[in-house]
Amino acid sequence: MTVSNNKLYEDNKFEYMVQQESNLESALEMGLTKEEYNLICTKIKKIPNKTELGIFSAMFSEHCSYKSSKKWLKTMPTEASHVIQGPGENAGVIDIGDGLAAIFKIESHNHPSFIEPYQGSATGVGGILRDVFTMGARPIALLNALRFGSASKPLTKHLLSGVVKGIGGYGNCIGIPTVGGETNFDKSYDGNILVNAMAVGLADKDKIFYSAATGANNPVIYVGAKTGRDGIHGATMASAEFTDSSSEKRPTVQVGDPFTGKLLLEACLELMNTDAVLSIQDMGAAGLTSSSVEMASKGSLGMFLDLDLVPTREEQMTSYEIMLSESQERMLMILKPGSENKAKLIFDKWDLDFAVIGKVTDTGRLVLNKNGFEACNIPINPLVEDAPEYDRPYEIINNKKIIDLNKIVINKTINEILVKVFKNPNMASKKWIWEQYDCSVMGDTILSSGQSDAAIVKIHGTENHNSLGKGLAMTTDCTPRYVKANPFEGGMQAVCEAARNIAASGAKPLAITNNLNFGNPEKKHIMGEIVGAIKGISKAASYLNTPIVSGNVSLYNETNGNGILPTPVIGMVGIINKVENCLGVNSEEGNTLLVLGQSEEFVEGWISSSIYQEIINNEFDGAPPPINLENEKEIIDIILKLNEEKLITAAHDISDGGLLPTICEMLFKNNLGIDLNLPDLLSKKDSKDILLHSWCFGEDQGRVIVATKNLNKVKLLLKKYNIKFFILGEVNSSSNLNIKNVTTISINDIKNLYENTLTSIMC
Amino acid sequence: MRSGVAIFPGSNCDRDIVVAIKKITPKAPLKLWHKDTEFPNLDLIVIPGGFSFGDYLRCGALAARSPIIRNIKNHVSRGGSLLGICNGFQILIETGILPGSLIRNKNLLFTCKETILEIQNTIKSPFTEGFQIGEQIKIPVAHNEGNYFAPKPLLDELNNEGRIAFKYVKGSDFDNKVAYNPNGSSNDIAGILSPNGKVLGMMPHPERAINSLHGGTDGLRFLTKCIEHIVG
Repeated sequence: MTVSNNKLYEDNKFEYMVQQESNLESALEMGLTKEEYNLICTKIKKIPNKTELGIFSAMFSEHCSYKSSKKWLKTMPTEASHVIQGPGENAGVIDIGDGLAAIFKIESHNHPSFIEPYQGSATGVGGILRDVFTMGARPIALLNALRFGSASKPLTKHLLSGVVKGIGGYGNCIGIPTVGGETNFDKSYDGNILVNAMAVGLADKDKIFYSAATGANNPVIYVGAKTGRDGIHGATMASAEFTDSSSEKRPTVQVGDPFTGKLLLEACLELMNTDAVLSIQDMGAAGLTSSSVEMASKGSLGMFLDLDLVPTREEQMTSYEIMLSESQERMLMILKPGSENKAKLIFDKWDLDFAVIGKVTDTGRLVLNKNGFEACNIPINPLVEDAPEYDRPYEIINNKKIIDLNKIVINKTINEILVKVFKNPNMASKKWIWEQYDCSVMGDTILSSGQSDAAIVKIHGTENHNSLGKGLAMTTDCTPRYVKANPFEGGMQAVCEAARNIAASGAKPLAITNNLNFGNPEKKHIMGEIVGAIKGISKAASYLNTPIVSGNVSLYNETNGNGILPTPVIGMVGIINKVENCLGVNSEEGNTLLVLGQSEEFVEGWISSSIYQEIINNEFDGAPPPINLENEKEIIDIILKLNEEKLITAAHDISDGGLLPTICEMLFKNNLGIDLNLPDLLSKKDSKDILLHSWCFGEDQGRVIVATKNLNKVKLLLKKYNIKFFILGEVNSSSNLNIKNVTTISINDIKNLYENTLTSIMC
Repeated sequence: MRSGVAIFPGSNCDRDIVVAIKKITPKAPLKLWHKDTEFPNLDLIVIPGGFSFGDYLRCGALAARSPIIRNIKNHVSRGGSLLGICNGFQILIETGILPGSLIRNKNLLFTCKETILEIQNTIKSPFTEGFQIGEQIKIPVAHNEGNYFAPKPLLDELNNEGRIAFKYVKGSDFDNKVAYNPNGSSNDIAGILSPNGKVLGMMPHPERAINSLHGGTDGLRFLTKCIEHIVG
């Protein structure tokens, strides 16, 4: 070998290595199965080199291909007259009138957040924001649905504190308000926390950007941050179970840079205001691989990329590393030919990299050059179309067991139970968390965490002389223990609770984004949870006309074989035509509280799988409270009707914990009290009576408490529409919840617990 | 009134302050880019909140070295009014236009909440002139580094010269268990003035309290009075 040849080899040593033919062993290492490897070799009619194999393994990963869930995802309702774009794009798009569209999606960053809580959650937020602004929307709000292990564990404290800092670190810095979400604790998440981030954005209906590539020879542009070696094979990591050594996977976690994210957001929106952008796709999971493949595939075209032109952070990166890096804050665009200079000026202004790295082709192939060699030449179709789709065996649990009240041994008074309820971090205020999030930047937040059942953000610029403007309502919901006990009912419940929450804020439910978090789908009962939940979600979503327009699936949330509670999180968006009509949860002195969806004759509450049951028996057992979709729809409609007539001033959905804790939450803010009415049948019971307890703490669905100053008018309307209701009493200034002849509860004492339980755990 | 809003890469409250000012005066503020070295004489410049240059170094440190700062200093020496909110306050400290430092919040957490500010007895300043001494206004904070820190002689000087604009105080519905001072600031300081009273740096965000449905309208009242007194 001559000196110059030797130098040529040294310079390209690593690239040579990834261009060697792969073998089964390397395929297995990358998370592919033997069958999948053989399929790849057949489809591309050659043995792939390591770069090509890496690209296949990323695209075939559960995270990118949805191979276990696709069969069932296809069955979900995704259409309605107000849907502009359903699943399949970066985010879902719905028509909200006035020429505007709401664009939103929820996405998980579970695996990385467990390994590296700050960066994992921060990049989760960054990623979901990019999904939304890629489509031309300015993001206006963030929410997050979090699940952690037992609150008493030191590891939980570490993870919670890191995740909250990471979410705040990204959202606060980029300047998008974090307005809502939910946080739960359960030991099943000890080894697998869930971090689901949702972003909502606004765009002009006729200015929405899609990802399908167009026009052979059009330039392919790389913009944003440089590519580094972080997050390589993150999508594959996120598609595997954890073991004790999972912390070794820290290098597969991406690092977030919200400052660059902010610059990218502004630069992209500025460029989208011109006519230069033909299509655009963010580089999320599987980075340049999935963005280029998806763009080409959706346009039924091919793509040529010269990887030597990709801006990199590190030297001697190989084609394999460049294609599989998950460095953040990057976008791939196809521009109208001739507009490159105009576009570059905008990116120069924002000090961001801008590089023409290739072109669209009509070959249907992905061709990559690196160091002057062809590093990859594979057909695009098999990457997407031939990605495996499994019909995994499943078994759906259909738990209908009802707990016999007479067999419950009561050892606590109502007061003692209420204390236990609010000492439970699942029930207590999450103020410690949401005070770390900027909830009011952008100046349009109307209601955020802790103020109402759903957050409300005003649609900027819709104010006029007779209204303060239109608003979007948003919430995330799921009760995993219900889904565990009965996936179908639990799936329906998550949708109904979300819809009730939207309605209780005064808004009309419109559409759903969902985040399906489950364990290992290769296990029959887990696959049953997935299928059951999807069927339940579909049935309720279809009935309530709130189609699923976007979503994400996160499987293999297991550690050493132990799976999480099934957690299909529903993110729902609704619309309120006048934000001044929004409803919070706080009642005022003189208001009458009524529970809707519950009759005067109702006495026996649903105790199975309730928070109350856990307090009394230390476990959840039996079926979740059943859902009656007809009732749910009636309740949603009547709340909107009452609100439209300006007859109610507050509303609060009854969910975890039942009636009594819900009443307490409506009294906390203003330190108020109430003399509670009881149904006749319960009027002579004592503080340890099981029937009375079930009435106070049962978790029957389809109920909302409203506050009114116009009791008579409300009663008339409820009777007219044949809605069951029960008058709970008048709110007074006593700061006592008084149950006549039974007990008196100090609202101040309970509020104290509610406000400080989580803080005292965390500080 | 002619006003301008200085925008740095990473500023994120620029739109909010523009919206607030437009509610008060018909003339929209000029948007000044951090690289701008020439702009017309203005009555008021606002440096808005955000995370200029990501605040990866000390907050405001990089912004304080931007080309626009020279012009902002000229504006101040001409007697123009200057308001730095949150990151804007941090930038004013880093430029040396205002003294002291802003360090991490005492609880080491980013904190977003409503605070009650009490107007102090100050030197003549357009930012406090419209208020009675002791008047309270409700304005939210949202920051990670808002803990005003200065050596005792400087704190005494600020106090003696009437340069403490407002302090965090306990409001009427004060909850004893929650710290009314959100960040541990020395002497509960929420905002300070320059020796001539024309420069105000404050951590709370008045532009976020302009809507009766969210956070009240004390911020709008505050900004309205400031603008009235700047115009004169």
